[in-house]
Amino acid sequence: MTATQPVTGELGKARRRKEDARLITGRTRWTDNITLPGMLHMAVVRSPLAHAKITAINTDAARELPGVLGVFTATDLGADSISLPCAWQITPDMKSPKAPPLAVDTVHFAGEGVAVVVARDAASAADAVSAVEVDYDELPPVLDMEAALADGATLVHPDLGTNRNALWVFDSAEAGSGGDVEQAIRDAEVVVKRRFHQQRLIPAFMEPRSVVVDPTGEQLTMWSATQVPHILKTMASLTLGVPEHKVRVIAPDVGGGFGGKLQVTPEETVTLLVARRMGKPVKWTETRSESLLAAHHGRDQIQDLTVAARRDGTVTGLKVELLADMGAYLRLVTPGIPILGAFMFNSIYKFPAYRFACTNVFTTKTPTDAYRGAGRPEATFAIERMMDELAVELGMEPLELRQRNWITHEEFPFATVAGLTYDSGNYEAATAKAKELFDYGGLRAEQRRRREAGDPVQLGIGISTYTEMCGLAPSRVLGALSYGAGGWEHASIRMLATGTVEVVTGVSPHGQGHETAWSQIIADKLGVPFEDVEVLHGDTQLSPKGMDTYGSRSLAVGGIAAVRAADKVIEKARKVAAHMLECSEADLEFAQGKFTIKGTDRGKTIQEVAFTTFAAHDLPEGMEPSLDSEATFDPENFSFPHGTHLCAAEVDTETGWVTITRYVCVDDVGTVVNPLIVEGQIQGGLAQGIAQALFEEATYDEGGTLTTGTLADYLVPSAADLPHFTTDRTETPATTNPLGVKGVGEAGTIASTPAVVNAVLDAVRHLGVTDIDMPCSPQRVWRAVQSARGAAKSTSDHTTEAAAGGGLGSIDAQGGAR
Amino acid sequence: MTRISVMVDGVSYVDDVEPRTLLVHYLRERLGKTGTVVGCDTSNCGACTVHLDGRSVKSCSVFAVQVDGSEITTIEGLIRDGNLHPMQQAFHDNHALQCGYCTPGMIMQAIDLLGDDPNPDEQTVREGLEGNLCRCTGYQNIVRAVLDAAEKMKPAVRAQQPSTVAGGGN
Amino acid sequence: MIPSTFDYLAASSVDEAVQALSEAGEDGKVLAGGQSLVPVLRLRLAMPTKLVDLNKISELRGVRDDGDAIVVGAMTTHHDVINDPLIREYAALLSLATQTVGDPQIRHRGTLGGALVHADPAGDLLAPAVALDAEMVIVGPGGRRTVAAAEFFVDLFTTVVGPDELLVEVRIPKKAGWGAHYEKFQRVAQAWSIVAVAATVRAEGGSIAEARVALTNMAATPVRATGVEQALVGQPATVQTICAAAEHAAENTSPTSDGNADADYREHLARVLTARALTAAAGVAS
Repeated sequence: MTATQPVTGELGKARRRKEDARLITGRTRWTDNITLPGMLHMAVVRSPLAHAKITAINTDAARELPGVLGVFTATDLGADSISLPCAWQITPDMKSPKAPPLAVDTVHFAGEGVAVVVARDAASAADAVSAVEVDYDELPPVLDMEAALADGATLVHPDLGTNRNALWVFDSAEAGSGGDVEQAIRDAEVVVKRRFHQQRLIPAFMEPRSVVVDPTGEQLTMWSATQVPHILKTMASLTLGVPEHKVRVIAPDVGGGFGGKLQVTPEETVTLLVARRMGKPVKWTETRSESLLAAHHGRDQIQDLTVAARRDGTVTGLKVELLADMGAYLRLVTPGIPILGAFMFNSIYKFPAYRFACTNVFTTKTPTDAYRGAGRPEATFAIERMMDELAVELGMEPLELRQRNWITHEEFPFATVAGLTYDSGNYEAATAKAKELFDYGGLRAEQRRRREAGDPVQLGIGISTYTEMCGLAPSRVLGALSYGAGGWEHASIRMLATGTVEVVTGVSPHGQGHETAWSQIIADKLGVPFEDVEVLHGDTQLSPKGMDTYGSRSLAVGGIAAVRAADKVIEKARKVAAHMLECSEADLEFAQGKFTIKGTDRGKTIQEVAFTTFAAHDLPEGMEPSLDSEATFDPENFSFPHGTHLCAAEVDTETGWVTITRYVCVDDVGTVVNPLIVEGQIQGGLAQGIAQALFEEATYDEGGTLTTGTLADYLVPSAADLPHFTTDRTETPATTNPLGVKGVGEAGTIASTPAVVNAVLDAVRHLGVTDIDMPCSPQRVWRAVQSARGAAKSTSDHTTEAAAGGGLGSIDAQGGAR
Repeated sequence: MTRISVMVDGVSYVDDVEPRTLLVHYLRERLGKTGTVVGCDTSNCGACTVHLDGRSVKSCSVFAVQVDGSEITTIEGLIRDGNLHPMQQAFHDNHALQCGYCTPGMIMQAIDLLGDDPNPDEQTVREGLEGNLCRCTGYQNIVRAVLDAAEKMKPAVRAQQPSTVAGGGN
Repeated sequence: MIPSTFDYLAASSVDEAVQALSEAGEDGKVLAGGQSLVPVLRLRLAMPTKLVDLNKISELRGVRDDGDAIVVGAMTTHHDVINDPLIREYAALLSLATQTVGDPQIRHRGTLGGALVHADPAGDLLAPAVALDAEMVIVGPGGRRTVAAAEFFVDLFTTVVGPDELLVEVRIPKKAGWGAHYEKFQRVAQAWSIVAVAATVRAEGGSIAEARVALTNMAATPVRATGVEQALVGQPATVQTICAAAEHAAENTSPTSDGNADADYREHLARVLTARALTAAAGVAS
């Protein structure tokens, strides 16, 4: 029997993580570490062209190489009749192209798989890939969304008759959640219109994707570096016709995801097909170049916003028109990603009228899908940029403008113009704390001093006051959005004979620290030591039900399922304890792991109850000898973390170089289970959001080739490129779940991008600069300053840059209010 | 095939390797040292960092044939007498990892960094880690961990440094 | 990715290496530090059938004093260059530039000779070699020859070193008491230089007595900024004279346009960074 120590206050404790012990010693179980007897290695032959007819595939030379067991095309594998799943039919008339896991006669993006080779080892497979000859007839690439929608455009999928995937509209007048935005614009004293570009990003998780499929057992087993083992299992069954009970999916240690591993990939599908064909275990591990090229990308929108306001700064309407690049195919949730932003453009502000219209467009680029924040960073960026633009237009202090329009803490719960109900929040408190930590007044004074002195290094202050919707998701809402599944989560708890506990969760961590956090939650609930809780996950055989990890949902949905399961354990244990103590259940109180008869010191610990239940010699009449319990939790609402981020950035006007000199954020993620983990999530999120603002962009040349196909070209920042962050919190508990938690995985990314860009612009706004496209590279910043000073020298060499960024051309076209 | 003789984490190995075999693949596939991982193909990410004769290198940019006669320490060879290396402990104490994929390389480089400068400031640490990418943490806690380890290693670090950095395993 | 197959020789002497390269012809390749070559092989951008590894040739490593010059073995690692007292004293510019190469792990493995012969126009050691009037000692089947740095770089990734030749030494005339600075401009810490400026000057009684300035990535090969040098020499070491001289920095350059910078921006950067490099090298308060 485990020694019992009274346990209190596990919630909120800065526990060091359980996960670390293996990870800091190299005792890891990445998918690529797996070696099975007789295992074969697969590699993918990929198209170097964006759009082309395949005229011939010659595999003879590859087949003859030593150690090569096979070379397969889509037809060889029967993959030509398979279409990878898209779970989100956003409109009834949405156009869905066939998405075979290997190209059949036409390739639609550079990097698309054309054939696979199977060999005894990875080196032989690599040799065989080099030896496969594919002949192509090149077709024109489709790269620009607006051109793709024009009459006579080359069609990515001619059978669809259009490059338009869908048009999705939300209108507050039609929904009854607000007024008519066109009316608001007509009546407005001030109208500001702007166009922003959300550049294409690459999730760039550190562990490249890897799959091992073992077809030799009764259940076919797939190990995959995935965020979504449960979804993968169900989708493999639906897509490939393998009975669901014949598939087991395991997500072992998974090295980051950020939405990039929220996918049912072509490679997973093909590995499965090849393993079945060969009757042997097969492994596929991608190279980094393959990952950047072929794993799904994120963002990529053109955003047209119109804000209507009164002269006093009160906003009266918001119109959002988006073009969203799907890339060449619809992956698991591709078309729904921009739609997740529909509910967030209005943000924390009381817009009385709102309209959102998103046109999804096919191009011959890598498919897009979830990337950290998924639709919400795009929305937050645009509205926070707009609030600054409106402030400039009105000559108002940007924080004051926000304050004038945000929901005050007395107004919660608040029904928004986008149809959501924000349960709680305190924007005033978070902002006040952030201002103090930042020394807002002091930095504004410094900024004035530098402006007056004409300092070549100017200072800017960027603001981002944001909220986001987390905890995906209430199943009824997903149903209303025509999503293909629910948003519940499952957990079960096993009380072992010796009083230790196994918690089985349906979420699937890949770096978040769920083993630690769930241990704290259950230790707190059951009153057992933290060390006595083991958290199990990521294997559909032991965790049979789950919806996995994405959308900041794990704690706010999966954590609550665990709490509910623990409640059930306690209720069962209460019956046994009452029987043991010969009292009525009503006479017992449960605290710190012990059932005590009220007013006495007589009691039984939960460990004693567990052992008695295990022995089962003497249990209450009709009771099963088990305390084990499970729960499936479906949230009634999203949760709404919020916060205020302030960024100070220096801009060297001589070179365009940007240095972040101070970054302060105060986030309100509700009740905190482990402040260490929360802080880590925020810091990591900030890095990714700042990277969008300053460094990262997936670019294609005019032929449709990805020009950022290695980590030497796609600029993931290092420690030397990022500042120190000052992070703090306010704590307004969520009212829609028993823990009061809100979710923290995406907040830093969502909030930081506009804070940084607003800071850069604020530094050079007085010089006449009105916009700079992301990433705010030194060249773009310098050109914006030059252009504003009327000294721009646009050379013929400059066309590439203008096309890639659209930046400088759009300043003149879009600048100023209309 | 070329015969090499190499000491890895305190154990000597003699193997025939193809010249094109990268050190990291030799470590992972022949020796089962899967603690060292591959994160890229352009030597940018640093996830594969090990110590080769006492200096940090990216094991994806060295061929196994080149380490004939050398000593290599991987993340798996840092534990002494059952105790974590102070850098491993500091990474745990400071929550300097999330998914953990970059961690082996990050720890190996951080140890090397303190070998060059046992008393670094924050900027020195950041620059010393410029060849190691992490996508989860935003680096702040990694930097904190290295500074913490530097503090804790101070009294002993100079005397023990050669044996701490090179060779030896449990 | 995994490189294609090749034969491997760990040469034990320069003669053995030259012999092996002669036999291999166009399919042979020298493996120095390997920090650029191995990624290229992994991506299969090059598929040589014979690699001749110089790492076991001890005579190619190290720095020695040779009277009015210091001599750096081609296989001396960046790390050893940075930490060498002779280089710090007599070729400080090389030491400073080398500190910005790659990252610590790459500097442990990569070599001066490898970087020079690789001749990447964005590489950071080409311009310092030119600015320091280095001489390259090359050994081949026909014996030994010496080529001035200014003549050494032929084009992008191309030097005068033939396929059966080796760069064995870099001789650098001593510049004791010269101030030096390498001003590098890049997108992120790991990235290649967009533009960089190597500057070293000797001041005498408040005036610039001698100046050497060379530019990284402003053409296919490093560019000596002679216009800047001429404008500086004999002038008082002030911010004004330096800035005026730096206006000549983009003369005789032919920079490329790429995703990070267009040619006109590179020209602008060359001027700004030259002023900054010279200000730092001359120790002038800006």
